[in-house]
Amino acid sequence: MENLPLLVPLVIFAPALGAIINFFFGARLEEKWSGYIGCFASIFAFIISLLLLTWVTGANGAAAVVNPPFLDGWLRIESIGLEISWQMRVDSLSVTMMLVVTGVGSLIHLYARGYMRGDKWYPRFFAYLNMFLAFMLTLVTANNFLMLFVGWEGVGLCSFLLIGFWWDKKAPEGWKNSNAARKAFIVNRVGDFGLLMAMFLAFWTFGTLDFYKAGELPNTEAKYLVHWREHNGLLEHHDEADTETAEDDHGAKAKCIPADAHADDDHAEDDGHAAPNPLASDIRALYCDNQRFDTDLLGVFGQTSERFGTGEVVDFGGFQMDFEDVIFLIGLFMLLGVTGKSAQIPLFVWLPDAMAGPTPVSALIHAATMVTAGVYLMARSNVFLWELNHAGYVLGLIITLVGAGTAIVAGYIALGQWDIKRVLAYSTISQLGFMVAAVGIGAYVAAMFHLVTHAVFKALLFLGSGSVIHGVEHGHHHAHEHSHGGDHEDGHDEEDFDPQDMRNMGGLRKRMPITYLTYLIGTLGLAGIFPFAGFWSKDEILADAWYEGLVANTTSGFIAFGVLLIAAAFTAFYMWRQVVLVFFDKPRSEAAEQAPESNGAMLLPLIILAIFTCIIGFINVPKATPIFDGIYHPYEFKHFLEHSLISVSRGHTLDFNLLIAGIALALGIASIFAANRVYKGKGLASGNRDQLETQAPARGLFKLANARLYWDEAYTAFIEAPFNRLASFLADRIDWDFLHDYFHDRIIKRGFDSIAEILSKPIDLGIVDGTVNGVGVFVQRAADWMRRSQTGYVRMYAVVIFIGVVAVILLMLTPFIQTLLLQSAT
Amino acid sequence: MDVTGLSLTTITLFLPIAGLVVLLFMNGEIHKNSLKWVAFATSIVTFVASVLMWINFDPSVAELQMAQRNTWAEVTLGESVINVSYFVGVDGISMLLVLLTTFIMPIAILGSFGSHIFEERGREKLYYIFLMLLEWSMIGVFVVHDLIIFYVFWEVTLVPMYFLIGIWGSEDRIYAAVKFFLYTMAGSILMLIAILYVGNRSGTFSTYSAGGDIGVIERVQTFDGAGTYWDAPGPDGEGEESGFLLNSVESFLFLGFLVAFAIKVPIFPFHSWLPDAHVQAPTAGSVILAGVLLKMGTYGIVRFNLNLFPEATVAWAPTIAFLGVVGIIYGAWVSYAQDNVKKLVAYSSVSHLGFVVVGIFALNAQGLQGATLQMVNHGISTGGLFLIVGMLYERWHTKEMAAYGGIWKVMPLFGAISLVISLSSMGLPGLNGFIGEFTILLGSLGSDYLGFAFTLFATLGVILAAVYLLKMFQHVFMGEVKNPLANEDGYTLTWYEKAAYIPIIIMVFWMGLQPIVFFNMLDVSVDKIVAMFVR
Repeated sequence: MENLPLLVPLVIFAPALGAIINFFFGARLEEKWSGYIGCFASIFAFIISLLLLTWVTGANGAAAVVNPPFLDGWLRIESIGLEISWQMRVDSLSVTMMLVVTGVGSLIHLYARGYMRGDKWYPRFFAYLNMFLAFMLTLVTANNFLMLFVGWEGVGLCSFLLIGFWWDKKAPEGWKNSNAARKAFIVNRVGDFGLLMAMFLAFWTFGTLDFYKAGELPNTEAKYLVHWREHNGLLEHHDEADTETAEDDHGAKAKCIPADAHADDDHAEDDGHAAPNPLASDIRALYCDNQRFDTDLLGVFGQTSERFGTGEVVDFGGFQMDFEDVIFLIGLFMLLGVTGKSAQIPLFVWLPDAMAGPTPVSALIHAATMVTAGVYLMARSNVFLWELNHAGYVLGLIITLVGAGTAIVAGYIALGQWDIKRVLAYSTISQLGFMVAAVGIGAYVAAMFHLVTHAVFKALLFLGSGSVIHGVEHGHHHAHEHSHGGDHEDGHDEEDFDPQDMRNMGGLRKRMPITYLTYLIGTLGLAGIFPFAGFWSKDEILADAWYEGLVANTTSGFIAFGVLLIAAAFTAFYMWRQVVLVFFDKPRSEAAEQAPESNGAMLLPLIILAIFTCIIGFINVPKATPIFDGIYHPYEFKHFLEHSLISVSRGHTLDFNLLIAGIALALGIASIFAANRVYKGKGLASGNRDQLETQAPARGLFKLANARLYWDEAYTAFIEAPFNRLASFLADRIDWDFLHDYFHDRIIKRGFDSIAEILSKPIDLGIVDGTVNGVGVFVQRAADWMRRSQTGYVRMYAVVIFIGVVAVILLMLTPFIQTLLLQSAT
Repeated sequence: MDVTGLSLTTITLFLPIAGLVVLLFMNGEIHKNSLKWVAFATSIVTFVASVLMWINFDPSVAELQMAQRNTWAEVTLGESVINVSYFVGVDGISMLLVLLTTFIMPIAILGSFGSHIFEERGREKLYYIFLMLLEWSMIGVFVVHDLIIFYVFWEVTLVPMYFLIGIWGSEDRIYAAVKFFLYTMAGSILMLIAILYVGNRSGTFSTYSAGGDIGVIERVQTFDGAGTYWDAPGPDGEGEESGFLLNSVESFLFLGFLVAFAIKVPIFPFHSWLPDAHVQAPTAGSVILAGVLLKMGTYGIVRFNLNLFPEATVAWAPTIAFLGVVGIIYGAWVSYAQDNVKKLVAYSSVSHLGFVVVGIFALNAQGLQGATLQMVNHGISTGGLFLIVGMLYERWHTKEMAAYGGIWKVMPLFGAISLVISLSSMGLPGLNGFIGEFTILLGSLGSDYLGFAFTLFATLGVILAAVYLLKMFQHVFMGEVKNPLANEDGYTLTWYEKAAYIPIIIMVFWMGLQPIVFFNMLDVSVDKIVAMFVR
């Protein structure tokens, strides 16, 4: 059991191997086997993750650092002690992410077997999906920022490949697909720029990019103990001797213990949960009493806890900066990275376009896993944020503004979309905003909790929408064939029919009952209706925001609470609008009339995800929840994350708040009723318009939402167009006309010619007196020659050059030959 | 230490000449089909020899290894006698670049195996002779440590490249060849003057010490008189005032070398010969030009500017690094605006080598090691990109991006290879390009001489790289097939095309996943240079 973490490289290697097999041999495999290999790799990784989960729970929140086999280190410059390794980390946070990625991933692999059936690039699709899993698992298991970055950009690459998966479709659709792919890559690169800057700063500040060193326990004082054991052979000796001094000198001990550590101890006793290592206090004393403990032996976060607030100045060589300011700057750059990957303002524009990819991709990458990487990164870096928040830096407020702003903007835009996947895309952005805002107010557990539940129900909704699209598409083909008397030649004439447009749907409840039922559960989950998953996680974010805002009285909490509450109301409204438009009332097209229910391979994952949507929320039932109190252990998930997230060990623990839960639930239900009233039984308004468009104030608001607030247009006008104009200006005017033509051809060449003219006469007379200029003329001559005659002289000229070269070689070798001769003579 | 005996370096250096001699005795018409094989075999043997050097190379030794020094001439100037010697040997930096040269060469030769240029222009024999000559001179540049001989090799590289462009190039080949030659010559003249001054001042042209003769670098570093070595009074009592930037001899010497190298690199704004040369050159020419020739400039800066003129280097570092940063952004931006695939790749070199320049003038271990690795990485990935462009051109006979589209669909393997190489070029972590860029940028942030703004703007280049390379990839490889080939056989890659890519792809992953072996090679050599700049 102790060696279980050594299995962790397998979670990357298995999907990587699956990808390689499908890349190289996919074309020769039967479609069936491609799918099996892809699914098997994913399920295998899931099983390993489960084993790791048992280890982490069994080892009581321990963490392991594993060096994968075959790879010896990575970036290492010995002379300056730069060492960044391929190193993986198994702790509760990474295991949580592994489970989400491989669990949801496996279901989506299974689903894709049905969804992609018959696609000519079937093996390639599974290769990409497996490759994505490998990179995503690299991201979440990394123990340093750089390896995380490999996964970070790697998933971006997979996202690029999968968004543009159908780039070869007929124009303009194929081109639109590849444009969306390119946009996603480039926008993400802007974010990656931020992450790179954060890493450079972090490296010079900490001398390492490791999150935690092997043996170091995060967020508990016990890190010193374990660390000493690992790195100091004299542990036993020092331990005894110094513990005694520590007990003698209580003043020093008290001084060194952070105030929050007491709270942590109390909290641990309260819950009757595992207390920190019993020897921790001794070791803390040991550290404080003799200052020999070297912070360099700690990882980035351990050092932050130690060095923050000590008034230290970091010397970068070229400039200096206060330690706290550096962390703030790192946090800001990191936030830029997060806005890219997790689709937040201002970089969220790529995600709606990313819906060009096949639907399983949207579910896996652009809803459940990849886009949550930013939230994971911030949860991982919670020490930075926590320290900054508690030192009065505004980073938390900025993050909250970004998250809450995104939540409400995207939620609003989702109200006015017609494309079934686009609604879900904006909904995803909005929900990610919830998570980011939660991180901003310091509610890391709530953010992670919402990440997990959202992964489940959003994957369910996307897969459900895929099932709907699939059904409508088939219905369309069916209807089309019918009307054309089964003319198969015309069967693939796509004309203008859009199977993703909700205006073409309606009444699918009867045609696709299982899809409908599971979709309904997903909707209720997303809308935060009791007892589905979203209720618990969203409520926890709102409760934390309420506490931060109205009890602890912080601006960020106040903003988060107000804004997120409205965004939650939007969520329920647009989701119910979608359910009504898709599933209720009468079918609005022939396609919808004839849409068949999807095949079993697609329905099974839907059913499993629906079941999980019902139950996943119970992993983190708050304390003192009516009825559930006593049936469930409160805050299971929170305790699980105890050793990875600082807020658990140092922050407050809230009881269930009936008022907040009641308000949120009432708001959600009210929004659903409102949407029901607006849409149910009415279909579309005249002219294929939305019901909201029939009345004056709503009409404008709907149009604004429908136009996505003109956000993309603004970027095109103010960023893309000037960028392109400047590019042409630089390339054509500056580089070509000025530097290339004018500067070179006019100034330099003409100048050279005239000098050559002056010098050529004496040289012509005979002996070269200025080697330097002579060569210039020589070349000038050569050029003239070649210009005049295309062929003849060149060969002769080459011969001349050769004679020269051979002469040079011989000359150079002379002394050497001499030496050889001399040696042989003696 | 006996340094007069035959060394492995000499053998490696002169192996291409052996191939050249064989080629000279062959008949261009009768042996038409064997010419390329002789050239290819020679390049492979040379590569093997350089790998043998690598095996013999001890990365923990700071001195030149496999060195050989024979006095060639003694020039008497007044009372002093100046030695010119055949002095070769390698340290980590030289070793790596020699390996790059011998690695790129067989690939470039494979790249011209089935080329149509011989149908149009003929003269296959001459072509391969020039390639051999080029390899010889390029290895020479990287291994010699005598300034005069270095200058000879430096100039000799121009000759074969001049003819490669001028004879086998595209439409405007003459213009491009002459421009290439003149531009580089113009810079070299300043270097020659500086070299002559250095030799006169030091009494030797050897940069390193060997066989009892103290090299210039050691003289500079061990100088303990007033002021700096160059600005202090010389043995004849004459001397200059020690000054700053343009007010000192050292600065002038530094600039003399730098201009020659800056044109070669090319550092913005000395790059205007590059798009012409690249666009007009035949595929092998472009591959070698981008893969190796440009590195001669950056190598020269590291070897000569930094070692010989440390004070001036410190004074000029921010200025040159600034030009590097401008190059990164400017090169990328201009590259993005191109509609000609080859030109796009050509300008990308300006951007990539901007990173190298920034790394060099960070003057710390990270920067310099990253810069050296980036030289190799750029050689591999941009060499690969030019091969791609060449293979497209062989099939479609155009370099206009608009004529392409959907190539990935008809040539799936080629598309995948191109994607990997493009990604390597844009610095995807896990591939080779990233390692160099990351280390360079890391170095620039912690540099004593640069600072935050340099890193910030240089890192923007990472975004822009994705912008222009994805533009190329999308337009060429995605979308609909615009111009299908008449003969569908053209869609399959020939064996020599595949063979050219295999080593590139291996290196892309090897250097990306396990760069340690390369860092190790450089560690001691770079440390020796960096030691001069530690504050």
